Amino acid sequence: METVEQIRDRLLARFPAAAVAVVTNPGAAAEHALLLDATHAREIAEFLRDDPVLRLDYCSNVTGIDWPEKEITDTVKTTVADPAGGPAKVVETKTVRVEPGYFEAVYFLYSMAKKHGPVIVRLRTANRTDAVTLPSLTPVWRSCDFQEREIFDLFGIVFTGHPDLRRLLLWDEFVDHPMRKDYVEPDDYEWEPTAHGDVLARAQAHQAAVAAAAAAAPSAAMPVVNPTPSAS
Amino acid sequence: MNPSGNSCGSIPAASPFAPVAGPIIRSVNDPFHGDLLEVSMGPQHPSTHGVFRMVATLDGELIVKLKPVFGYLHRNHEKIAENTSYLASMPYTDRLDYLCSLSTNWAYAFAAEKLLGQPVPDRAQYLRIILAEMTRLVNHACLVGFLFNDLGTSFTPLLYAFREREKIIDLFESLTGSRMMCNYQRFGGCRVDPTPEWLEAARKLVENFPRFLDEYERMLTGNEIMLARTQGIGRVTPAQAINAGITGPVLRACGVDYDIRKVDAYGFYSRFDFRVPLGDHGDTYDRYMIRILEMRESVKILAQAFRDLPAGPIMDSKAKQRGHRPKAGEAYGRIEGPKGEIGFHLISDGSPNPYRYRVRPPSLINLTLLEDMCLGHTLADSVVILGSIDIVLGEVDR
Repeated sequence: METVEQIRDRLLARFPAAAVAVVTNPGAAAEHALLLDATHAREIAEFLRDDPVLRLDYCSNVTGIDWPEKEITDTVKTTVADPAGGPAKVVETKTVRVEPGYFEAVYFLYSMAKKHGPVIVRLRTANRTDAVTLPSLTPVWRSCDFQEREIFDLFGIVFTGHPDLRRLLLWDEFVDHPMRKDYVEPDDYEWEPTAHGDVLARAQAHQAAVAAAAAAAPSAAMPVVNPTPSAS
Repeated sequence: MNPSGNSCGSIPAASPFAPVAGPIIRSVNDPFHGDLLEVSMGPQHPSTHGVFRMVATLDGELIVKLKPVFGYLHRNHEKIAENTSYLASMPYTDRLDYLCSLSTNWAYAFAAEKLLGQPVPDRAQYLRIILAEMTRLVNHACLVGFLFNDLGTSFTPLLYAFREREKIIDLFESLTGSRMMCNYQRFGGCRVDPTPEWLEAARKLVENFPRFLDEYERMLTGNEIMLARTQGIGRVTPAQAINAGITGPVLRACGVDYDIRKVDAYGFYSRFDFRVPLGDHGDTYDRYMIRILEMRESVKILAQAFRDLPAGPIMDSKAKQRGHRPKAGEAYGRIEGPKGEIGFHLISDGSPNPYRYRVRPPSLINLTLLEDMCLGHTLADSVVILGSIDIVLGEVDR
């Protein structure tokens, strides 16, 4: 099979406007990946699937990753000559820069026809807060359907073009995305709002009405008062 | 039961894979045509394993829409694993698929070894193959039993399958200490070396297994009700299956020759002589048949493994037992589990915990086509179709 660099060069020749880069994997596995820009991801995916050499017809695994913003300290060493004529001094200047965070979706593509793979494709969101949108590859490989829904559920990445983007594992009313690195677990998993306060307010209104009725007509039988929930 | 008569009358007795004549989707001619009824199958329906739900829209008795609903068993296994060390999530992988814990163990160990650059000694590779193939026997025998249970035969086939399974998990217990949640693999090898007595008992068991299969098949394969209820039901085309990422016996029942044991030849599978059984129609019957044939191939692999099992250590001498800190990078390891491709994607940032830990569950992705398989069939067929996909909810929901 072609190397990642060869695939990148072919993609750049075929899609001159697209941004395709190789992301190296420094680990022992050394499986390098292709980083695609979001606007061209869909057509590149279709090309990878239909290309007669690659024929990547099978998308095996889709992983969502959260990369929060990182504070990186750069140390620059400069040699400063001593104006008094002594030995030159080495001065360290530290600059702190913040690398913005992003979400990533990683697709592992194999070919069942040619029996090769994987070609790893990565997509990145613009940031972690408002632009968390990626193009869905479900129209290209249907196997992404549940996996992209799961990533939407657990990471909150919105896949545009997904035919049925709903939560997969958590219930619909759940508000947060638990696989994010900054997710804070609830203090009490069992807590849920109940009607306690409302019931108490209604009971108090009822008791007040009963007491008022009893004061107005002490000899009469106990009146039936409809408890009406107060506006407050 | 079968209004169009598309399967009962046309089955040739000679070949179980012969084409089935007639339309697959039956014509609708009952008085309820046009009125749709939504039925929630599960989560507490026994055929949906208690924690899975199918929201089916019915036109008369036929399914016109079916949406699977997950998450009743979700416990965020991935988050737990990201908060513990690499080795500490090993026992959690047993719980993913409680029918084939040893295969899942291997998949995780395989991915972690890839991340660590950790070699595995020959004897451990053979032991892994032995245990993985025995797990395949357990899983497939159970699946066939459950499939017949879903067909309404309570419960002779299941009981016979469980009798054989019992013998194998007795061996698992004496080796690993646990019957279902076996925890045996370690990064760089295996935990204990089986005794010669254990190996002899396992060899004998595997030698006798084809006799059970013959007996089982005599009872089930040509069964008239089985044929009527499964042939032509829940069909998948090869193109559909490949696009939907279906793997394992469900894929091979459509005739797609894709077995990771052959394609990747991980472990020492390239040294073994075995065949990949393929179906023709991609229907429920082929999926049943593929499992029976795969069990026979597993028996072949096991016989070779017992014959060729090399002497030597079961753990790499340089393997760390705890405190793994792989250098930054990532790895995706996948094996052919009994249900399909089970993979683990691990990302390390150099700390003792995985930065990202992702399970590629075969059961979940095989469910992608559940709706397509069920459309046009009756609600009763959907139970059999779901049974033939072979899901375990521990893995679907994680």
